[in-house]
Amino acid sequence: MLSGAVALGVNQAWKKETQFTPWVILTGMITLAFFLLIVAFVENPFSRIWATLDGKVFRSMVQPVGTFLIYPPNGVGLNPLLRHPGMIVHPPMLYAGFAGFVIPFSFAVASLVTGRNDSDWLRISRPWALGAWTFLTIGLVLGSRWAYDVLGWGGYWGWDPVEVAALIPWLTGTAFIHSLIVQSKRQLFKRWNFVLIILTFCMVVFGIFLTRSGVLDSVHAFSQSNIGPMFFVFISLTFIASLALLLWRWKLLVSDGQMGSLFSKESAFLFNNLLFILLFLICLAGVLFPLVSEVFTGTKMTVGASWYKQTTGPVFGGLLLLMGVVPLTAWGSTSAGKLGKRLWLPVSISLVVPVLTAFLSGLNWGGIVALWLITLAALVTLFDIGNAVVHRMKAQKEGFFIALGRVFVRNHHRYGGYLVHLGVVMIALGVVGVEFYQTQTQQTLAKGEALQLDSFKLTFTDLFQYQTTDGRAVTQAVMQISRDGRLLATINPRSDYFDLYRQSVTAPGRMSTLAEDLYVVLVDWQPTTTSAVTFHVYHNPLINWFWIGAVVMVLGALLAIGLPDRRKVESS
Amino acid sequence: MSAEVSPASLPEKKHRFRVNKFIIGGAVISVAVLLLAISNLRGNAQYYMTINELIIAPEKWNQNVRISGAVRGDSIQVNPQTGYLTFVAVNVPGDMKTVEQMGGIAAVLHQAVIDPNAASLTIRYHGARPDLLKNEAQAIITGKMQPDGTFLADDLLLKCPSKYEAAP
Repeated sequence: MLSGAVALGVNQAWKKETQFTPWVILTGMITLAFFLLIVAFVENPFSRIWATLDGKVFRSMVQPVGTFLIYPPNGVGLNPLLRHPGMIVHPPMLYAGFAGFVIPFSFAVASLVTGRNDSDWLRISRPWALGAWTFLTIGLVLGSRWAYDVLGWGGYWGWDPVEVAALIPWLTGTAFIHSLIVQSKRQLFKRWNFVLIILTFCMVVFGIFLTRSGVLDSVHAFSQSNIGPMFFVFISLTFIASLALLLWRWKLLVSDGQMGSLFSKESAFLFNNLLFILLFLICLAGVLFPLVSEVFTGTKMTVGASWYKQTTGPVFGGLLLLMGVVPLTAWGSTSAGKLGKRLWLPVSISLVVPVLTAFLSGLNWGGIVALWLITLAALVTLFDIGNAVVHRMKAQKEGFFIALGRVFVRNHHRYGGYLVHLGVVMIALGVVGVEFYQTQTQQTLAKGEALQLDSFKLTFTDLFQYQTTDGRAVTQAVMQISRDGRLLATINPRSDYFDLYRQSVTAPGRMSTLAEDLYVVLVDWQPTTTSAVTFHVYHNPLINWFWIGAVVMVLGALLAIGLPDRRKVESS
Repeated sequence: MSAEVSPASLPEKKHRFRVNKFIIGGAVISVAVLLLAISNLRGNAQYYMTINELIIAPEKWNQNVRISGAVRGDSIQVNPQTGYLTFVAVNVPGDMKTVEQMGGIAAVLHQAVIDPNAASLTIRYHGARPDLLKNEAQAIITGKMQPDGTFLADDLLLKCPSKYEAAP
C-alpha cells in the first residue's frame, strides 16, 4: 500500500513538477526502503520454521544447514469476536491513511531541498492529505463501530493507548488541512505548515512504533516484535533531518501576508491550530505518561479514559465554538464590532436549545454548554450555506435544489469543508448524548418481569437455547420494550458460544432510532433454570448521530478533494 | 477595539503590538489547558503495578491502582442476586523483557494460572461479563483494595493473547 502511494505520488510529480521529482522519489524510497527492510530482514512474514534434530528451532526463509522443516499445526481460524464486516476494512483503512501522509511529507521535503518559497507543494499535497485524512477517519470510526457492536460495553471509544496512537496523526493532520488553507489564501503560516506535516509523518511512524514495539500496555493484541529500536532510530533521524532542512530554509520562508485583527479569519485558523496542537500534546502526554513516570519516579503510572475526557473535553468545546464563529469572520482586517453584528442573531437563536434542555432534563452543565456550542456551529454553518444558495438562486435564477447542488460543486473546497463540519456537529451530538445523558441499569429478571429505565419499560418474556450447525451454542432472550403502555419493539439480546474456540460472543439487542439507542446485553443466566436472567441495559441518547455524522464527514471530505479532472475538462 | 484601524495606516510599532496579542492569547489558552491537564491528574492517574507489588505495598491500598493479572477460568462467577462478577487474577510479571525470557505472554499466563502458589487476588466487578474473560486471559483492572482483601474493580479490560486461536 505504501509503495502504491509512493508510485502514484511520484507519477504525479513526474509530469507536472519536474523540479520536485528527484526529491519526492528519494524521500518516498527511503521510507519504503525502511519498511521493506523490516519486512525482509527483521520480521519476514514468509519465513518458515526449521528445527534441528536436537530440538533447536529457527525461523528463516532458506534452509539452515542440518535442519528440517516443521509445520505449525493449522489454527482454527480468526477469533470469532473479530468477525465483523467493519473489521475487514478497519486495518487497511488505517494503513491507507498512514501511507497517504507519506506523499505530502515527500513534497514538503522536496520543496525545502529545492529552496522554493511558494505554495506549490501544498497545492499538490492537499488532495493527498485530505485523502489520507479520509481513510484515517474511516478507519477510526469503523474501529469504534466494531467496539459498539461487539464488545457489549455500550461505548465506542475507550481511550486505549492504541486508539490514541491512531488519533494523534489524525489530530496533527486535521491541523495541517486547516492551516494549508491560510497559506493558499493569505500566504501565511509557511513555516508552520512544514512543521505540521513533519509532525504528522513522524507521528504516523511513531504510532506504528508504539503499537508494534510492546512498550505500551493496551487491550489491543498485536503480534509484538523486536522492531522497536529500529523504529526509534528511523523516527529520530526523520524528525531531525527534516527539522534541520526546515531550519536551513527558515529565512527563505518569509510569509508574504501579515496577521491582521484578532477577529479575522486567519486569526481564527491560528487558534484552531493551537487547539488541535494542544489536543495532540494532551494525547501524546497521556500515551507517554506510563513511560515517563517510570523513568522519573521508578513506578509506572497511567491515566485512563476519565483523564482524557476531562482534559480534552473543554478543548473540543473550544473547537466547536470556533466552528460556530469562523464562517462569519472575514479574511484580513475585521473588527469585534463587525463580527458581533453578524453573530448576535445566531447566538440568540442557538440559546433556545440549552434553555430547553435545562428545562427538560435538569441542570447538567457540561451537557448544556456542549449542546449550545453544537447548536451554534450547526446554525451558522447551515446559515452560511443557505446564504450562498439564496444568492445563487437570485443571481442565476435557479431553483433551490439546482442552486444547492451547484454551490457545493462549484466551490467544493469550501462547502466540502462545511459538510465535514456538519458531520462533526452530528458526531459531537452523539458524543454529548453518551457522555452526559447515558443511563444504565443491571437487573436480574424472572420470566414475565420487567425493568424500568428512564421512560422505557423492558419486559423479559422468554429465553431460548439452541445449537447451530456451525458450532455455536446460542442463548437468546426475548425482550419487549414499551413506553406508556405502547409496545415499541421486540429485541433479542444474544450470546453465542463458539465451542471450538471456547469463546463467547455477545450480540447486544438494540432498538435504534434517531433519538436514542436502547442497548441490552445478556449478562448471565442459570444453565439449569432459564427463568432468572441478568440484563445490563444502556440508554444511549443521540448515539446514532455519531455514525451518521461520520458518513457525512467522509462524504464532505470526498467532495472537498473534488472532481479535479472534470473541472479541467470544463475549462479547457 | 484598536483592531478597527486598517493595517496600511499603522506604524510598524503598532504592528508589533498586534502580533504580541496573538502570542498572549495563545499563551493564555495553552497555560489554561496545561493547568487543566495537570489538575485532572489528581484522582485520575493510577499506579500501574503487578499483583505481587500491590500485596506488599499496603500504603497503596487506599487509592485507585491499575493491576494486570492472569484470569483463573474456573473461578469466574456471577452472583445473580447482587449482580457482582467475581474471579481470581494471578500475578504476572510487569515488564516485557521478563515475559519474553519466560517464553512469551501466552506461556506466562498459562504458567501463572496453573501455579497454585502464585500470588493472586479476588476481583469483584459490577457490570456485564466481557466475552474475553476466560481462562488464561490477561485482565487489566483499575480499582481499589477493599478491607475484606478483595479488589473492587471500576474498570475491567481484557487483552486477548492472540487474534488467531490454536486448535485444541
